[in-house]
Amino acid sequence: MAVVFKRTEGLTETPFHYCPGCTHGIIHRLVGEVLEELGVLGKAVGVAPVGCSVLAYDYFNCDMHEAAHGRAPAVATGIKRVLPENVVFTYQGDGDLASIGTAEIVHAAHRSENITTIFVNNAIYGMTGGQMAPTTLVGQKATTSPYGRDPKHAGMPLKVSEMLATIPGASYVERVSVHNPANIRKAKKAIKKAFECQLSGKGFSIVEVLSTCPTNWGLTPTESLKWLEENMLPYYPLGNFRSPEEVE
Amino acid sequence: MVNERIICAGFGGQGVMSMGQLLAYAGMIEGKNVSWLPSYGPEMRGGTANCNVTVSDTPIGSPIIDHNATAAIVMNLPSLIKFEKELEKDGILLINSSLIEKKAERDDVKAYYVPANEIAVEIGNGKVANMVMLGAYIELTKVVKVETVIEALKKVFGPSKAHLIPLNEKALERGAEEVRG
Amino acid sequence: MAKILMKGNEAIGAAAIKAGCKFFFGYPITPQNELPEYMARELGKAGGTFLQAESEVAAINMVYGAAGSGARVMTSSSSPGIALKQEGISYIAGAELPCVIVNIVRGGPGLGGIQPAQSDYYQSTRGGGNGDYKLVVYAPANLQEAVDLVMEAFDVADYYRNPVMVLGDGMIGQMMEPIEFREPKKRELPPKDWATTGTEGKRKPNIINSLRLDPAELEKLNQKIQAKYREIEKNEVRYEMYNIENAEIVFAAYGTTSRIVKNAIEMLKQEGINAGLIRPITLWPFPHKAFDEIPETAKAILTVEMSCGQMIDDVKIANNGRLPVGFYGRSGGMIPSPQEIVNKAKEMLGGAK
Repeated sequence: MAVVFKRTEGLTETPFHYCPGCTHGIIHRLVGEVLEELGVLGKAVGVAPVGCSVLAYDYFNCDMHEAAHGRAPAVATGIKRVLPENVVFTYQGDGDLASIGTAEIVHAAHRSENITTIFVNNAIYGMTGGQMAPTTLVGQKATTSPYGRDPKHAGMPLKVSEMLATIPGASYVERVSVHNPANIRKAKKAIKKAFECQLSGKGFSIVEVLSTCPTNWGLTPTESLKWLEENMLPYYPLGNFRSPEEVE
Repeated sequence: MVNERIICAGFGGQGVMSMGQLLAYAGMIEGKNVSWLPSYGPEMRGGTANCNVTVSDTPIGSPIIDHNATAAIVMNLPSLIKFEKELEKDGILLINSSLIEKKAERDDVKAYYVPANEIAVEIGNGKVANMVMLGAYIELTKVVKVETVIEALKKVFGPSKAHLIPLNEKALERGAEEVRG
Repeated sequence: MAKILMKGNEAIGAAAIKAGCKFFFGYPITPQNELPEYMARELGKAGGTFLQAESEVAAINMVYGAAGSGARVMTSSSSPGIALKQEGISYIAGAELPCVIVNIVRGGPGLGGIQPAQSDYYQSTRGGGNGDYKLVVYAPANLQEAVDLVMEAFDVADYYRNPVMVLGDGMIGQMMEPIEFREPKKRELPPKDWATTGTEGKRKPNIINSLRLDPAELEKLNQKIQAKYREIEKNEVRYEMYNIENAEIVFAAYGTTSRIVKNAIEMLKQEGINAGLIRPITLWPFPHKAFDEIPETAKAILTVEMSCGQMIDDVKIANNGRLPVGFYGRSGGMIPSPQEIVNKAKEMLGGAK
């Protein structure tokens, strides 16, 4: 019997705790597959800070650090400086990276720390119960923007990839989405390129992955995918913002 | 028994910190207990710099000089005004008379007036005024040997600045002559 | 080896390198800047890495990452910066990682000042961040002791898998004294087989973590950490008893203040008053048993601090109601003078004798 699909070695057997329809699971799988395909699982060290992916240390089949909220890039810096030959990555959500952890991500990019960041943007705080994030869209309802995000009150949503792409040390910056199979394939390619950037010593790489949160958006999984496509893509355009060739 | 507590004070750039360090260094070479405590913070920038040096045969308790200085070496007027009162009775007050016209106010201390800048310029370099004062102080107290100060200087300077040793030696000697009875 | 004359901050850096510290993450703040500056000059030459972080928060989290990867690592700061580091310190304690943290204390609260103080006693000895945890806290009173304790701190941190703090103050950091580097007593250090160095496909993943969502699991972690603290209390208490025999009054003071108290003891002696000193060298674990050794001649204990009264709480606990406990302190960077201490001691003994 031919095997057409199997669980990647990059993930453990532990069942995910994520809500039904949440795309964290897909993104975990993509990262696990890329680590496996690049043959670097044995030297990978991941960092997952606070957020829905706080338990990622149970899922990735490699050495892991749990980090304080927003601090993963600093923790990864410490690890990478000690273990320059290892593959070090952070897996962060948008509340974590785009709010409390802006200093850490900006300066990891600024130093061109040779690490890879997977940035999962679902425009909301998931774990704490659906509060407004810096990435929450204008008019989008959240528990702390119950009447919809008002830019006069809370500012315009933060475009992290665009911002980081202005930093000289950010070697690879790309925004992808996982709302349909074609985009999932593209996302995997980008994640692979980001890790290859690190493997060739070219400095800081980040892939922003647009993701869904059916639970806190109050939508079904399929409605969520559609909402992402119709609302997030126009504000958060997909594409490459920076590549190592460009940096050189 | 040696138990000297010296305040070195002056403008930043007059070498008061290094004068104190050199004295501490020489004391250490001679096996004495020493400490060097600088003033730090904004007052160091442009204002008066000072350090407290203790050289003692017994272990040093507090390195802070608190109205019990055995000597004060003052290189400018603000330092004289600030530190004359820190001297204990019969303490030594060494005043750089090149820059300070004022006389000591207290009559229970031993004041000496050394035209340190003039002497330094005369022997070839105005920057060694601090060493002239140090020479005078060592002559008065014999707290360490002059040779030990030279040995300490060699260590501080290293080979690249070894050519400056004779000048410094001369400054120490001229300072000593100035207060020799 | 001959003694060398070094500034406190630099001597601490040199001692760390001698002890095998390979990584330093820090952020500028007065009065400890000579320490990161020294590391920036010297650590690379010793095969290590110095990195100036974007903040104290980032620096301590870099320490967390480096310690979790098995490295000997240090950070330093001064009071407000140490306050910022508390998040990371709590995580490091919770994940049971070894590291050394230097606090060159300045006066507070808030931005405070830059002159010497001891007002971070609570912050250092009560954990400082969230949760039930402790740091081993060393309080050197002179530079030789600072150097010795820094070297030992790395071994103690590795031995117990716990952060160790070296608590100085602006005076310890800025002054110069002769020092020599001496090997600390040998300890059997366990291998760091928990470090995240990559599985190489040969073992299960190592996880550095302080999160336990299951309360029973979290309690278990706390019990394990507490058991470790009991071991530390048993093995690592350090203190100095000075002139304690026949003392009529016993001072309690640490660090810089203890040196001033020694001057006060000399002054009291000249007035015919016998005074002694208990000087905690470890602020945690606190030397409770030293207070059981106070002789019957003693009529009172006088705690002297460069704070508004923090260690006095521990002194009262250790004294257990036996003797009256008084306090004399200066704060904000003011330093108590020996005369002030003498006056307070005489007042406690019942006026001029």
